[in-house]
Amino acid sequence: MLYDLLIAPFVEFDFMRRALVGAAALALSGGPVGVFLMLRRMSLTGDAMAHAILPGAAVGFLLYGLSLPAMTIGGLAAGFAVALAAGLVARTTALKEDAALAAFYLISLALGVTLVSLRGSNVDLLHVLFGTVLALDDATLLLVAGIATVTLVALAVLYRPLVLECVDPGFLRSVSRAGAVAHLAFLALVVINLVGGFHALGTLLAVGMMMLPAATARFWSGDITVMIGLSTLVGMLSGAAGLVLSYHTGLPAGPSIILVAGGAYVISLFVGPVDGLLWRLVPARHLEA
Amino acid sequence: MTDAVRTPDAIRFENLTLGYDRHPAVHHLDGALAAGSLTAVVGPNGAGKSTLLKGIAGALPPLAGHIRLSLGTPRGVKPRIAYLPQAADIDRSFPITVYDLVCVGLWSRAGLFGCIGRRDRARIGEALAAVGLTGFEKRPIGTLSGGQMQRALFARLLLQDADIILLDEPFTAIDARTTADLLGLVRRWHDEGRTVVAVLHDMEMVRQAFPRTLLLAREPVAWGRTEEVLTAENLMKARHLVEAFDANAPVCARDAA
Repeated sequence: MLYDLLIAPFVEFDFMRRALVGAAALALSGGPVGVFLMLRRMSLTGDAMAHAILPGAAVGFLLYGLSLPAMTIGGLAAGFAVALAAGLVARTTALKEDAALAAFYLISLALGVTLVSLRGSNVDLLHVLFGTVLALDDATLLLVAGIATVTLVALAVLYRPLVLECVDPGFLRSVSRAGAVAHLAFLALVVINLVGGFHALGTLLAVGMMMLPAATARFWSGDITVMIGLSTLVGMLSGAAGLVLSYHTGLPAGPSIILVAGGAYVISLFVGPVDGLLWRLVPARHLEA
Repeated sequence: MTDAVRTPDAIRFENLTLGYDRHPAVHHLDGALAAGSLTAVVGPNGAGKSTLLKGIAGALPPLAGHIRLSLGTPRGVKPRIAYLPQAADIDRSFPITVYDLVCVGLWSRAGLFGCIGRRDRARIGEALAAVGLTGFEKRPIGTLSGGQMQRALFARLLLQDADIILLDEPFTAIDARTTADLLGLVRRWHDEGRTVVAVLHDMEMVRQAFPRTLLLAREPVAWGRTEEVLTAENLMKARHLVEAFDANAPVCARDAA
């Protein structure tokens, strides 16, 4: 019974196993990246970058159809261009980084939707927007897994300046120039993870695999290491549960995964031991010291 | 400034102008701070005190002139600077422990990848003990009071083991006992021969603990031994010198002359 519900879909169907591996790889790198985005108060930056990737992917799609390398390279180019342009504008003009990013990603998004609708039907647009987690081929799986590997190695290298840039950027500036490098490298990691994510989940939902597990983890621990571990775990479980849900109910797979992660977030929001809402209703008595 | 002649200079200002948007906050400053000196920088609000420290720390490039730093003896070796800004922009909601915050003071030794060994751990323990924060190691920084946070930042300064230590209003909004403890550390740094510069507002403390004083009001009003600088006449003069920010100020012609 439980076997039929949870295990059988993956045993019986190759595409389900591929989807599971893809979702797990996304969660592996999306977990820590999401935690850092959240702690740097850049949660919406991830969202903006996800939109910014669209026109690059669309150009790739226009020129070569549904081609993995073309759409990947296009997405990377658009993502890096917007991140770099926003960073330059923020550093050289009075405009703050959030406003600069908003301006560029909106231009980018409008351009992307226009490009996609120039050719192709709405089905193609849906594919770019919502991904095809149930149709991951070998090349896409390798890409997603490769991105996860690169991300984890890069985060290990950048960990110290990245944490310090969040806590005390002034101090980091006074002892090292690594802060700016770490910041840019981190933005690059966000972009490549979103590009990896959009093949599976689409540009709009890729960021969900980062932010929802991270926000969920925040309600369960006050320690950054534990938070990163939990975030990854929540992402992986959401991937598996979302696929099962989609298999049994016929819902689209990508949104199912994100909805399950969203469910985990809402539940944690109420019952999470660190600042969960329910604990406010029953405040424990204060301590002696 | 006769006693400054015998010891080498740690920090030398050469016709230094620092400011924002071309408007000077420190204007045509000339002079030097001797190696191992303990100097208070005082003056009214807007006199350029914090700007001067930012300039020394290298966080603000000069509009004109130079700041030269040296260890005194060997040429080419850059002195290590530790800088504690006024109201450091620390994200106190970030999940990091007091221990981790303090141990980044070892950055100049450990850097990006170096490990924290047993000897370093002993030093971190000593630094925490010196500021009276033993037992706080595992506490997240968000749970510290203002005074405890300042103690933690002083512990980090201790670990930085710097030749030049810059403190910007380190005792503002800090209670008497914490101030006394931290002032003890400043004295210790002075005894160890480090060059210490502190921006302060408490004249009584400056008179008691700081041998030398720079009274600043955009331009230096008086500079030298504290008892000679902090006279009623000088303080009055400083108060009048800091005029309102003039958006239409003409280009300074002093260098052209």
